[in-house]
Amino acid sequence: MTTDTRTGYEDLPRLIALMTGDEKHQAAAESTVDVLWVLYDRVLDITPETFRDPGRDRFLLSKGHGPMAYYAVLAKKGFIQEDELAGWTSAESRLGHHPDRARVPGAEIASGSLGHGLPLSIGTVFGLRAKGFRDAKVVTLVGDAELDEGSNSEAIAVAGRIGMPQLTVVVVDNSSATHGWPGGIARRFEVEGWVTRTVDGRDHEALYEAFTTPHPDRPLAVVATVERKA
Amino acid sequence: MNMRETFLDAAAEVLDTDPNVAVVLADISAAQLAFAARKHPDRVLNVGIREQLMMSTAGGLALAGMRPIVHTFSSFLVERAFEQVKLDLGHQDVGAVLVSSGASYDMPTAGRTHQAPGDVALIDTLPGWTVHVPGHPEEARRLLLESIPGNGRVYLRLSAQENAKPHLGAGLQTLREGGRGVVLAVGPMLDRAMEATADLDVTVLYTSTIRPFDAAGLRSAVEATGSSDVVLIEPYLAGTSAHAVSDALSESPHRLLSLGVRRDAEVRIYGEMADHDLAHGLDAGSITLSVKEFLR
Repeated sequence: MTTDTRTGYEDLPRLIALMTGDEKHQAAAESTVDVLWVLYDRVLDITPETFRDPGRDRFLLSKGHGPMAYYAVLAKKGFIQEDELAGWTSAESRLGHHPDRARVPGAEIASGSLGHGLPLSIGTVFGLRAKGFRDAKVVTLVGDAELDEGSNSEAIAVAGRIGMPQLTVVVVDNSSATHGWPGGIARRFEVEGWVTRTVDGRDHEALYEAFTTPHPDRPLAVVATVERKA
Repeated sequence: MNMRETFLDAAAEVLDTDPNVAVVLADISAAQLAFAARKHPDRVLNVGIREQLMMSTAGGLALAGMRPIVHTFSSFLVERAFEQVKLDLGHQDVGAVLVSSGASYDMPTAGRTHQAPGDVALIDTLPGWTVHVPGHPEEARRLLLESIPGNGRVYLRLSAQENAKPHLGAGLQTLREGGRGVVLAVGPMLDRAMEATADLDVTVLYTSTIRPFDAAGLRSAVEATGSSDVVLIEPYLAGTSAHAVSDALSESPHRLLSLGVRRDAEVRIYGEMADHDLAHGLDAGSITLSVKEFLR
């Protein structure tokens, strides 16, 4: 794995620009690009060669809307071909406005409907534990508005109570939740027993440190703050 | 032992023998599986009263290569978490064995909140599911054990109503032959169907597996009978399998009577299961009347 965050990152805007027609989700794509890059470039041990290994790290894109940044990172890391990006969402393409795990190599889940990634992660952590893979990381990306879904509340409570140091949730917070979260997103997780770290979602070093500083016995919530959604 | 107790016993046994199996619960039946949970803390998972999470947890377990069994009352298993059934199992292209108890009105004094006669119809909106409706605890046990290998999506619907004897076997089984029509009884409906048609010249078929539907079995039974009349008796929403019968017999003219839990009204009574059987026309006497009226 490279530790040079410049290698490839500067290519992402060009790759994202190849995908047109989902302007509705443009903001969603841009809000996640730095988090996705840091995870795939420096944090997660997942490669096109190892993404079927049973003990691999997992990344679950719960916020399936606006997957342009996700596809761009997958292309840059060699999971899919760059020349697939331009034709995305066509009948011939396997890349849709919401990613389908049955069609996109490296995509751990098919997402789009909100509130599924974190609950699925809980089961994945239980499964990895039962199989003896206690070091594999499971990282889920959710949006701040996605926390409105009650299914996430169910998952946050149980993960906090069980422990689950394998589990990381990264909340990309662009202040888009309709009724907001008084006291900030991190508080939702803290009261349930999670370790929380709130960082600038554009600062690669801060994200890297937040993701990689140990959090023994407890799950980790990284709140990555980005510009308010317009 | 009733079906639910038999299932819980069998599940505990499977946990002992197959390290790939996990059971996911939402408090219901957690006490009965407490011993198994102490033996297999990584594989008996009670998430509390959180049915959405229970179903998603099963999806995640399957994504990690486990074989999950998910169990609670039918209304909470299938209806409350239906999008999780659809997306976190089917759309993720992973499998699980969902085991409900409670059936259509096994808890008659609990009222509508604990009744889910639409469960099989709902599961039937999703592709690729196997649906077992055992009519006896021994059938429930066998069907559970047969559902564990592989990674298919299975719905095992347990009931407090049962037949006197098990009828093990796949597909439609012929229990009586006659010439005026075919009566297909599903799961716990068998004994009363036999009683209701004892004096009628009809073929009686039985199945504990309603999806996939044994179309070839129904066709050959109808041909052997020489009649084009079919009566479907299901312990859940009336007509749930009408489309499967219609597809099976699409090449030939036929008539179909669908008996089951009524669709036209929410029956707001308590009482006993027998009271609900009467209200839905699913007691033996009502079935006799319906079948006699229907046959030509």
